[in-house]
Amino acid sequence: MKQQYTLTQLDEKANTIRKDIITMLEAAGSGHSAGPLGLADIFAALYFEIMNFDAKNPDWDARDYFFLSNGHTVPVQYAAMAEAGFFDRPELTTLRKLGSRLQGHPERTKLPGLENTSGPLGSGLSQASGVAYALQYMDKQPHRFVYTVMGDGELNEGNIWEAAMFAGKYKLSQLIGFIDRNNIQIDGSTEDVMPLEDLRGKWESFGWHVQEIDGHNIESICDAASMARAITNKPSVIIAHTIPGKGVDFMEYDYKWHGAPPNHEQAKDALKKLRTLDGKIKAGE
Amino acid sequence: MTHYPLRDDIFSDDVAQEPTRAGFGRGLKKAGEANESIVALCADLTESTQMHHFKEAFPERFVEIGVAEQNLVTVASGLARAGKIPFTSSYAAFSPGRNWEQIRTTATLNEQPVKIVGSHAGVSVGPDGATHQMLEDIALMRVLPRMVVVIPGDAVEAEKATQLIAENGSPTYLRLAREKTPIFSTDESPFEIGKAYVLREGHDISLFGTGTMSYQLLKAAKLLEEHGISAEVVHVPTIKPLDEATLLKSARKTGRVVTAEEAQVAAGFGSAVAELLSEQLPTPLKRIGMYDRFGESGAPNELLDYFGLTGEKMMPVIQEFINTTAQYHREG
Repeated sequence: MKQQYTLTQLDEKANTIRKDIITMLEAAGSGHSAGPLGLADIFAALYFEIMNFDAKNPDWDARDYFFLSNGHTVPVQYAAMAEAGFFDRPELTTLRKLGSRLQGHPERTKLPGLENTSGPLGSGLSQASGVAYALQYMDKQPHRFVYTVMGDGELNEGNIWEAAMFAGKYKLSQLIGFIDRNNIQIDGSTEDVMPLEDLRGKWESFGWHVQEIDGHNIESICDAASMARAITNKPSVIIAHTIPGKGVDFMEYDYKWHGAPPNHEQAKDALKKLRTLDGKIKAGE
Repeated sequence: MTHYPLRDDIFSDDVAQEPTRAGFGRGLKKAGEANESIVALCADLTESTQMHHFKEAFPERFVEIGVAEQNLVTVASGLARAGKIPFTSSYAAFSPGRNWEQIRTTATLNEQPVKIVGSHAGVSVGPDGATHQMLEDIALMRVLPRMVVVIPGDAVEAEKATQLIAENGSPTYLRLAREKTPIFSTDESPFEIGKAYVLREGHDISLFGTGTMSYQLLKAAKLLEEHGISAEVVHVPTIKPLDEATLLKSARKTGRVVTAEEAQVAAGFGSAVAELLSEQLPTPLKRIGMYDRFGESGAPNELLDYFGLTGEKMMPVIQEFINTTAQYHREG
């Protein structure tokens, strides 16, 4: 039986995920900070409200699938998986170390519970589409869903639009994509590097159902996923507007944190801020 | 040594001919009959790649991808995650020509049994010209960990190979040709993934061929015999894993090796043999194939002749090699 959480508890899950991200990245000494922190609320919603899975039986044949397309944000997935019970939390600090199951970019063959290997951008949506196609047309299992998270910079990749055309053509209604619309990529603002707007119009023209939400409002995230599951004649994409580095004020909106970890002092400072988080998280104080 | 029955009409003017892709088309349908997990994906070349036989038999297990080779292999990777055994096909110039990184990350590193079927490989594609004459695919595929690389010698073998790679559990590259080529094997000829076969025994030189070049080497061997040279012909339909034992045994016996492939010799089959020999049994080696150049338009047989990839053109090259090279490691 899937455990039910209140919105307050889900916010607390997101905060725990953020703290674990900071701890992991500091221990690793390298890695990406901004993307994972910005995705913490979406992953709290996915792993503790939206998706069906069994952490003790990762290959459970009735599970929903999750494909991380922008593999560099995987610390947020590892943190969510540890919190969900796929493995014990102390393993998180092995991130990026020799022999670890927690590779710098996710490798399916290393860690049960990962559905794909990802890092080179643009392929996760296609892999998710393949599973969604199998569920819808071959295995006829209409109650299982395939979720994927993409970055916005990642949408520069042609492979994404090949998948968008494919899923649109076959009306893969069990496919639900989240776009982490944080407006940054390595070389700067997404609209400076390679403009994505009109992003909603692009996806709509490819035959997708599009929603735009506040990617830090867990209720909105869960509601959008419910709406996406209810759409039965097209694939769904949820453009989640997020703040890169969300929750750690000195990282927010600063693209230099895209590919950098905090040092010890910065991590200490970040964890202190997260424990109080504007007074929003009572349990964290 | 495994006995390898050859057809008895192989040197006649009306030798039976068929493209290897036709054998693939039949093999895929048979594989689909035997295993319902097998699915097929094509990038807008369904009849050309001979996937239409499978599509007609199992329409619900065929997925049209359109002209999108990156999506071709990544959707296949997803289907594999859902428990399917996906065969993907296009021209070799496009897959694996265009989508190498997707193959690397989502098929091999991700360890999914995606089958990459590269049709229309080699200069024998003919008039379409260099853009479509894929010559670098062996190199691209054989450097990938976990990738199996199979190049059938004729249509009969292609049919067998297709059915076997369907069940091998590994990401696999199957290289096919567009044009009709002579059939030298029979239904009774052995084929196992990872095995090389001695088609003809000899003691003066070893001729190692892959794909349809093995037939050309049989012809070269026949011509060499007329000049008093005893050539051993070894057919190597699996380039990875390479049947090292069979190749080393032959090289040790004859002390000279020639390889032939319809591909770049750089990093291709001849290079795989060079790696093996130089590490384990340094042996004089001559590689026949394409030397650091692209193909061009022309009729298929005209191009094979122009680039020295026929038995008649290979014969004097091999003879010259023998005349200028000492035999190493000769037994007895």
